[in-house]
Amino acid sequence: MDDNLLKILEVSVLGTSVLLILIGLYAVLTKRSLIKIVIGLSIIDGGIHLLLITLGYLKRGTAPIFSPGFENAADKMVDPIPQALVLTAIVIGFAVTAVALSLVIRLYRHHHTLEIDEIKTLKW
Amino acid sequence: MKKFLVILILAALGYYMYDALYGIGIGIPRFTDGVKDFYLDKTVSELHVANTVTSIVVNFRGFDTLGEVTVLFLAVTALGSILYKRRHQVGTRSILFSSSSIVRSGSKLLFPAIVLLGAYVFIHGHLTPGGGFQGGTIIATGFLLMLLAYENFKVSHTVLSFIESFAGIFFVVIGLFGFMNGGTFLQNFLPEGTLNNLFSGGIIGIIYVMVGFKVATELTGLIYTILHEKD
Amino acid sequence: MIYMILILFLLILMIGAAIYAVVQRDLLYAVIATGVISLVLTAVFYILQAPDVALTEAAIGVALTTIIFIITIRNTVRYESDDDKKHKIKKL
Repeated sequence: MDDNLLKILEVSVLGTSVLLILIGLYAVLTKRSLIKIVIGLSIIDGGIHLLLITLGYLKRGTAPIFSPGFENAADKMVDPIPQALVLTAIVIGFAVTAVALSLVIRLYRHHHTLEIDEIKTLKW
Repeated sequence: MKKFLVILILAALGYYMYDALYGIGIGIPRFTDGVKDFYLDKTVSELHVANTVTSIVVNFRGFDTLGEVTVLFLAVTALGSILYKRRHQVGTRSILFSSSSIVRSGSKLLFPAIVLLGAYVFIHGHLTPGGGFQGGTIIATGFLLMLLAYENFKVSHTVLSFIESFAGIFFVVIGLFGFMNGGTFLQNFLPEGTLNNLFSGGIIGIIYVMVGFKVATELTGLIYTILHEKD
Repeated sequence: MIYMILILFLLILMIGAAIYAVVQRDLLYAVIATGVISLVLTAVFYILQAPDVALTEAAIGVALTTIIFIITIRNTVRYESDDDKKHKIKKL
């Protein structure tokens, strides 16, 4: 019974993260408006972070914090290393989105349109 | 035609990604658990810090946190320089306006509570979930609330940049103090203390307070720059 | 058992919000759907026993990303292409 539930959890969460990456990639490759492309980048970031945290889960695990009373529970804790990596990745993903959106504002000021088919000249 | 090709390529990519991830096995102990046991053990026995993620981010991988703070600083600088306008190009149409009186009086009550919550989160980063980045972002959200409610809420740029530079320099100076007793950059030189005490973990608390200040003022400056654009 | 139903419901909500964000042509609604994705991701991170990551995603993904997207939309266009704006005006 427990193994069955673990199988359902694994299939659903891994499948969701792969689906999120694919939906974000579709938005980056197909859409014509620049803001839609940046939204697609943000969705890809969410999918990758979910994938990394899922790989560190332990069955009936607990958060990796040694609160008073839980000092000897080290063999039932989930993996803290992917959490430290994802913490950095979220902040840097936000910084990349902010710089990309500032470039979008600057492009609009110059060309007065946001469709990538009509921005053909390479110089400002 | 292009959409059909894209969907075909994405379906193949999705099939191969899922196939590679399928046999991994979530929730069962794996062969990479030796590193996890090392970090969980050293956090309690050597550093006496309760939050394992904090000790990994600040102490075991402290240099990566310095790089992340640098990347955030570079992103805010790049944003400010891309959106720069010369004096004759600045217009008069602004996106800020005063909200209704309910929003104004509610924001005035909420703003000190939000700043207090953010300060609590980054001071107790090594005891409870939280830390510098979380607390700094909460404080920046509080400033965003005040900026959206009041039209002429002013935050002086000189004070913000002074606090941000000072916090960043202090981070590097604490790292340079690690060279004192013949150690390495960012080595612990303060006494460790006992587990679950406020003054435990050596330099971890001080570094996270500095990171909290730096992230809070940086993100407040970013929001202020991008909101005060006049067309 | 109740955790399973909760996780499955949240994951279906996340996929639905992602598809809505890509398909919708009114960019303001797409940006709010991106905020909903971050919100549901916070809840899933909490259920997977990662409280630090949940705090960071809640503060950065929901509040700050949405506000800079909305400021960009205010300074540029609101609809995805110009045909939609003409259709909207015609309908009134």
